[in-house]
Amino acid sequence: MLKTTRLHSLFVLDQDQALEFYVGKLGLEVHTDQDLGFMRWLTINVPGDPGREILLEKPGPPSMDDGTAETARELVTKGATAGWIGFSTDDARTTYDELLAKGVEMTQEPTEQSYGIDFGLRDPFGNAVRILQPA
Amino acid sequence: MSRAAEESNRRMLRARDAMDRGYAQPLNVASLARIAHTSEAHFIRTFKATFAETPHRYLQRRRVERAMFLLRQTDRSVTEISLDVGFFSLGTFSRTFREIVGESPSDFRRSGKPVAVPTCFAMSWSRPGSNFGEARRAGAA
Repeated sequence: MLKTTRLHSLFVLDQDQALEFYVGKLGLEVHTDQDLGFMRWLTINVPGDPGREILLEKPGPPSMDDGTAETARELVTKGATAGWIGFSTDDARTTYDELLAKGVEMTQEPTEQSYGIDFGLRDPFGNAVRILQPA
Repeated sequence: MSRAAEESNRRMLRARDAMDRGYAQPLNVASLARIAHTSEAHFIRTFKATFAETPHRYLQRRRVERAMFLLRQTDRSVTEISLDVGFFSLGTFSRTFREIVGESPSDFRRSGKPVAVPTCFAMSWSRPGSNFGEARRAGAA
């Protein structure tokens, strides 16, 4: 029986810039930052939830060839990858205001939905992020 | 792909996000070009090269997608919905809707149920395809 989602990957184009955004602005924390030689294993998590890691993965060799990595980078910058992530919050409107003040690029203001209040933003690379205050 | 091309993609995506937000407003190429840091002529050309459709066509699909959502999620009249999504005349809305979706707004409303998925997924996946009107144009040729 499966229990929870534990780890998933998000393509980023620059891992340091990703840290500035996801940790410095969104307030997540670094779980693991380790040079494995063949790659930098960089994961983050929501504070208090270390059991669910997000791998900030830079597309490139040896995981994929240069041409494929270029395609992946192109898709990210067009907002066309599956790299889409959702977080929850207790107060969507306050969180929106806080992130806006930090210069985060918003795609949608807090909006009443059947499932709660949510809003959207993009990371520096083009990945979409949704933040939901559940109903 | 050069880093300059990636930057261009990212700027075009920023402009497309602005269209997603302001779908009910008239298409303002000058404003979108400013967001994308390009000239107006260059913006239309680059947008099409990036997303394989013109800004105008993208906006039409975005508006119709919103109309499809509102038709099934609300009790608002077809006329009200046409205004909600940025059309100035019911006739233009109905004609565009039928061209893109293949049936009238009222028939579409009757033929399905609301979906309960996050709004951004509904926006992306319920947006009609970008090849609408091509069969009609081919037939007319």
